[in-house]
Amino acid sequence: MRVIFAQVSDGWQWDMEYALEILPAIARGLWQTVQATIIGITIGMVLGLVLALLRRSPSRVVSWSTAAVIEFVRGTPLLVQLFFIFFVLPNFGLTLSPFVTLVVGLGLHYGTYTSESYRAGIDNVERGQWEASTALNLPSTTTWTRVILPQAIPTVIPALGNYLVAMFKDAPLGMGIAAGGVLLAAQSAASRSFQPVEPYTVMGLLFLAVSIPAALFVRYLEKRYGYQRG
Amino acid sequence: MLSGGQLQVLVEGAWFTVQVFLLAAALGTVLSLIFGIAGLSENRVFRGISRVYVEVARGASAIVLVFFAAFAVPIILGIPPQIFAAAVIALGVNMGGYGAEVVRAGIQSVSRGQTEASIALNLTARDRLRHVTLPQAIVVMIPPYGNLSIEVMKGTALVSLVGLADLTGEAQNLRVQRAILADPPTSAAIFGTALIAYFVLSQVIALFFRWLERRVGGSWYKERA
Repeated sequence: MRVIFAQVSDGWQWDMEYALEILPAIARGLWQTVQATIIGITIGMVLGLVLALLRRSPSRVVSWSTAAVIEFVRGTPLLVQLFFIFFVLPNFGLTLSPFVTLVVGLGLHYGTYTSESYRAGIDNVERGQWEASTALNLPSTTTWTRVILPQAIPTVIPALGNYLVAMFKDAPLGMGIAAGGVLLAAQSAASRSFQPVEPYTVMGLLFLAVSIPAALFVRYLEKRYGYQRG
Repeated sequence: MLSGGQLQVLVEGAWFTVQVFLLAAALGTVLSLIFGIAGLSENRVFRGISRVYVEVARGASAIVLVFFAAFAVPIILGIPPQIFAAAVIALGVNMGGYGAEVVRAGIQSVSRGQTEASIALNLTARDRLRHVTLPQAIVVMIPPYGNLSIEVMKGTALVSLVGLADLTGEAQNLRVQRAILADPPTSAAIFGTALIAYFVLSQVIALFFRWLERRVGGSWYKERA
């Protein structure tokens, strides 16, 4: 029976038993990808805020060089940045593990994206808020931490959600430096068995099962909270 | 620093990158238009198909699509593996998912009055799209489409992970071959050069779309005046 069906389908058929056998390993890989994304977005959110503030620095040298760094990182591929961090930095005495390289790379790359969102959020805070802070004689730190940022950050949250989803989709690139994750898990299953269809299909379906609900949830948040002010 | 021969290798890789990008962007543009317009159709089935395409093409991610297309699809279809074609198609399909949303939003940004006027003038639905809606929508689409194109160009780097010799792949080859080269380049020189080359490519794409925006936007406003 099996042979007859195999002939009809030109030598290939879906092997359910095998697919179920490799499912746990690929799911574990997906969990690593999710972990890398969560740590990466945390770094990206903090770094983005720092970059946005440096970009607004009164010193021309600081703001201009920050803008140049942002432009350069945004204009080059994440994968090559990962290779740079992984293979070049050790020459300067900084050796990072593959997983740390991945989360640092993700954080750095997306930090330059989130910085633009923070910048828009800060620019959207009304002029009057700055003037009132000056009138009240608030020190600059207090103006930022108690007046401007508490109003700017909520408007940035939906954009950060979009970057979270985008980062999840880039995180499997860590395979290039053997940082674990869903793609590496699928690939090692495929190379062990010489049956690549099941691992890559299972990977694709698991990946969609995370990314589509996440994208829909972010879009819901965007609709619900995106344009509220005050 | 890199020797002339090593630089030559990277230049060839960069040319390969440009080819992958242009082919993927061409396919992505066609898919963007088809599924973007289908997403606004009055026909529920077309809208549904467009929705599913957009969610899957974006949700699966470029890298997952490339691996699936390169290693699973040929076996399912019973055809010999074609890594280059698979990579280009996967990147194009992924781009189309994002591009369809750009096209849809662009068309939706054209004011209702334009549609109403076209209906009042008795234009057919096709003429309305071709002569009224699309020419105005394209002006709105260009900036986000430019950003998307830069993302796609950057995304081509991942084809090196399925064994293609693009700019990233050639940079990796140089790094691996260092042990057998007479004048081994440093990793810093290899990947630094690759990063600069990618940055130049993304700036060229950005300039092109800024030029296009001025040109198309300009002619549109001239026609109106």
